[in-house]
Amino acid sequence: MHSADRLARLFLLPLFLFVAAFFLLPMVRLVGVAGSGPNGMAEYVAILTNPRHFATLVATLALSAAVTAATLAIGTVVALFLARNRFWGRPLLVSCLTLPLAFPGVVVGFMVILLAGRQGLLSSLSMGLGMGRWVFAYSMAGLFAGYVYFSLPRVLVTLMAAVEKLDPALEEAARSLGAGRFEVLRDVTLPGIAPALMASGAIAFATAMGAFGTAFTLATRIDVLAMTIYTEFTLNANFATAAALSIALGLITWAVLALSRNLAGGGVAAAG
Amino acid sequence: MKTHRLTFAFQLFVTLLAAAFLMVPAGASILAGFTANYFRGVSSGLTLDWVKQVLALYSDTIWLSIGIALGTLAATLVLAVPAAWALVRRPSRLARIVEEVVTLPVAVPGLALALALILAYGAIREFRMSPAFILTGHVLYTLPFMLRAVMAVLAAVDIRSLEEGAASLGASPLQRFFHVVLPNAKGGILAGALMVVTLSIGEFNLTWMLHTPLTKTLPVGLADSYASMRLEIASAYTLVFFVMIVPLLLALQLFGRTTGSAR
Repeated sequence: MHSADRLARLFLLPLFLFVAAFFLLPMVRLVGVAGSGPNGMAEYVAILTNPRHFATLVATLALSAAVTAATLAIGTVVALFLARNRFWGRPLLVSCLTLPLAFPGVVVGFMVILLAGRQGLLSSLSMGLGMGRWVFAYSMAGLFAGYVYFSLPRVLVTLMAAVEKLDPALEEAARSLGAGRFEVLRDVTLPGIAPALMASGAIAFATAMGAFGTAFTLATRIDVLAMTIYTEFTLNANFATAAALSIALGLITWAVLALSRNLAGGGVAAAG
Repeated sequence: MKTHRLTFAFQLFVTLLAAAFLMVPAGASILAGFTANYFRGVSSGLTLDWVKQVLALYSDTIWLSIGIALGTLAATLVLAVPAAWALVRRPSRLARIVEEVVTLPVAVPGLALALALILAYGAIREFRMSPAFILTGHVLYTLPFMLRAVMAVLAAVDIRSLEEGAASLGASPLQRFFHVVLPNAKGGILAGALMVVTLSIGEFNLTWMLHTPLTKTLPVGLADSYASMRLEIASAYTLVFFVMIVPLLLALQLFGRTTGSAR
C-alpha cells in the first residue's frame, strides 16, 4: 500500500497549497492589518471598547437571535405538519417552501422590497384596507423579514428530515401513558429533534450575523456588523477597524457553528 | 395518531402563510418583469421590453457568471475529488485537521474572507483586475461543499474494501482511482457539482468586494439594478436570474431525494 500512500499525499498537496495561499495566508494578513492601525493592538478589542461598534454588535446579536427564534418556531410547526400529513398538493407545497434555498441575499433583499417596500404588496394592501401605508423594508424589521426568508428553507430541509426519522411509536406510547398533546410535544417530539434544531438554528444565527447582501440591498442606514465593516473599509478606508471587526465577526460565527456541531454531534453542514 | 382539529388548522395556516411569504414576492417579481408599468398594475399591459433591455444592458454579467461558475466547478473538481479520496481512505488526525481547515471558509463570513484576500493580494494589479480574483474567492467558498459531497459518498460505499479487491487483482493506485474510486463517487460528484455551480452563480457577499467595474457578475449587476434602475428592470433582471438558478435548484431537490446522504 506504500505507493497508494504516496498517491494520496500527492492528491492532497494541491488542495493544501490552495487553502494555504488563499485562505490561511490572507487570514494572517487580516490579523496583521487589524493590529497595525493608529490604535495598535487595542483595535482587536475595539468592538467591545468603542461604544458605537459595541452598540452595533449588540443590535446584530439581538437581530440574529430573533431571526433564529422565529425561523425555528415557524420551521418546527411547518416541518411537523408536512411530515405528519399526506394530502393532495403536498409535494408542490414542499417545493415552494424549499425552492428559495439558494436565493442570494441580494435577491432576498429585493423580495422584501417587493413585499414591504414603497411600491410593495403590503403597502398597496394596507392602503386598500384604509389602514395607512405599511412600509418597513428599509429598517431593522425589513432585515428581520429578509433573514427569515433566507433561512427558513434551509431550516425546513433539516427539520423535515429529522421529524421523518422520529419514531411515531414513542409519541403513541407517551399518549397511551396519559400524556397530553402539549406534554408529548414538549417531552418527546422536541427533544427528539433537538439536534436538528440546534444545527439549523446555529446556521440561521451565523448567517444572520454575517450576511451582507440583504442589508446592502435594503439600506445602508441599518447598523449591523456587516454594513459597518463594509462602510469602514470602502467609504472610510479604515482598514484596521474593518479587519478587526471582521475578525470578531468571523470568530463569533465560527464559534457558534463549532459549538452546535459539538453539542449536536457531527453531521452539521454549514451553509453560507 | 389522530391530529387534533384545531392543531391541524393552526399548522395548516402557518404552513400556507410561510409558503405565501416565500412565493408571493417571487411571483410579484416575475409579474413585474413582464408588466409595462408595475405601479399601474397588469392593466397597463404585458411586455417583453424589460427583459430585452436587461439582456442589452447586462448580458456581459450573465456570461461572466456562467464562465466563473464553470471555472469554479473545474477547479473544485480537480482540487477536491482526489483529495476526498485521500482523506477517506485513511482517516487520521491529519485528515481531520485538513478537512476542518478546508471547511473553515464556510464558517467565516464572506465579507471577512474577501477583505483578507484583498489585503493579501490586492496589490497584484493584474490579478486584482481579472475575473480570476473572483474565481479564487468562489473556489475557496465552494470547495468544502464538493469535498463533503464526495467524501460522504465514498464513506457510504466503503471504498476501502472495493479498492482492496482491485488491488488484489493487481491494479495500481492510479488505476484504482480512475476505475474504482471515480465511478463509485459519481453520485457525490454530481451532487457536489450542482451545489458548486448554484452557489457560484448566486454568490454576492464575496463577489461584491472582489469585483471591479470590468468584472461584474450577475448578482453584482442585480445589486446595481436594485439601487439605480426602475422596478420593472430590476424585476426582469431577477427573472433572468431565476431562469438560470431554478432549474439547478430543482435538479438539486430531485437529486437530494434520490441520493439522500449527499447533502
